[in-house]
Amino acid sequence: MHNKHIRRIYMIPYALWITLFVITPIILVGYYSFFDIEGNLSIVNYQKFFTPVYLKMTLSSFWYAFLITLISLIIAYPTAFFLTKTKHKQLWLLLIIVPSWVNLLLKAYAFIGIFGKYGPTNYFLEWIGIGTKQILFTDFSFIFVAVYIFIPFMILPIFNALNELSPSFIDAANDLGASRWATFRRVIFPLTLDGVKTGCQIVFIPALSLFMLTRLIAGNRVITLGTAIEQHFLVTQDWGMGATIAVFLMLIMFIFMILTGKDV
Amino acid sequence: MYKVHNKSSSFAKIYLILIFLLLYTPILFLIFYSFNSGGTMGSFKGFTLDWYRDLFKDMRLFLIVLNTFAIAILSSLVATIVGIFGALAIHSYKQRKTRNTLLSLNNVLMVSPDVIIGASFLILFTIGGIKLGFISVLLSHIAFSIPIVVLLVLPKLTEMNPTLMDAARDLGANNWQILTKVILPYITPGIFAGFFMALTYSLDDFAVTFFVTGNGFSTLSVEIYSLARRGISLNINALSAVLFLFTIALVIVYFLLQQRSNLKTMGVRK
Repeated sequence: MHNKHIRRIYMIPYALWITLFVITPIILVGYYSFFDIEGNLSIVNYQKFFTPVYLKMTLSSFWYAFLITLISLIIAYPTAFFLTKTKHKQLWLLLIIVPSWVNLLLKAYAFIGIFGKYGPTNYFLEWIGIGTKQILFTDFSFIFVAVYIFIPFMILPIFNALNELSPSFIDAANDLGASRWATFRRVIFPLTLDGVKTGCQIVFIPALSLFMLTRLIAGNRVITLGTAIEQHFLVTQDWGMGATIAVFLMLIMFIFMILTGKDV
Repeated sequence: MYKVHNKSSSFAKIYLILIFLLLYTPILFLIFYSFNSGGTMGSFKGFTLDWYRDLFKDMRLFLIVLNTFAIAILSSLVATIVGIFGALAIHSYKQRKTRNTLLSLNNVLMVSPDVIIGASFLILFTIGGIKLGFISVLLSHIAFSIPIVVLLVLPKLTEMNPTLMDAARDLGANNWQILTKVILPYITPGIFAGFFMALTYSLDDFAVTFFVTGNGFSTLSVEIYSLARRGISLNINALSAVLFLFTIALVIVYFLLQQRSNLKTMGVRK
């Protein structure tokens, strides 16, 4: 038919993009992971990855990403819930999203000032008598800033899920004598689980790879998988090892996507 | 019962106020200290506009801003065109399996962490012999903006009634006319949304650009990063105030566009 011919024309630029920028890069990362720093074919990178140094780094990266996701969820769920109850909820939602449009680096930079030695946080601590503390370049500051950055991304999908929830379910639960907590636990939360899963996906995967925050806020105290990849590619120029870590990060990503997949 | 409800709603109010405070304080904090003559983000010495004066005199920064916008506009334009083609192609496949495969491939760059996109593109450009700089950054931005355009245009295509195209064909329209007079006008809201998202993706990107930018070329995000690594300089605060105003302007434009497109689609449905 005639349509097939047109489709071919539509397909050309798009297929070119898929091959060049989606498939080829993945293959190249896999290919590079089999080269050592001198450019010889070997599996030394994989052996290195299974040494305690790298395994510990992977685990701690996981742990940080997990904490960041969990805390964001705990803060974001009630926010989304209360937002759906407001008048003009779309406008309030927009105001929640606006900070996420401010350049991430500017927000990180703001916290360099806020948590800094002479910043307002330390001023406050001094004032209530605790005294100046080193806040910047700690695990705390890293998690705090990461949560700050991810909250809007967690709120958005949960808000959408709650917004689509038909109020008649809640009415039904109330009529059947369920307490407010029971309504939440048995009706509202299960029905908005898809939004929660999407939110966790949006937060957890980038949280594994935030290298700019670890550099700016955690002062190299926290090393995530992303930091390690950046380090290997742009500092030590050991692309093979960087590619190997990238392979594992992609694997983790796929496993996480399947675990939180909506169809499963 | 009424009292309980009232109590919980005032709790909700306080909670929301706290969240808004948390979200906006750091940004307002930055802007506040951009007027500080003291030179630090610690103590406010006095009001000054010096940092803004410095900012607008800084030719290097001005060039970087121009670069950033050139990349954003060019990459969004190309990404929108390729994205429209992609959406049309995916839409033309009737088998579910082919469609899903194409959509999964489409979404790979949406879900991949920025570091992986950056690192893999760095390898790609090095092997392909493309010099790191304007071209490599532009190509990367086009590449990571295409999937969002596809995702925003595709629903408009599926929502379109196929009888519209049959009617056009029966009335003697050729394929080109069907595309430009029927399909494209119908999916325009999706195209605008896609272009706009591509623009914000490009303006916001740091990690991918950081990997593929090389030495001589810089965008605003990369520049802020290297300035921030050197420590506090109130030039950045002044810059953030200007950018924040710009963001607010963009939000308003986006909001208005969305209102308009909602009205439009409602009109079509009637």
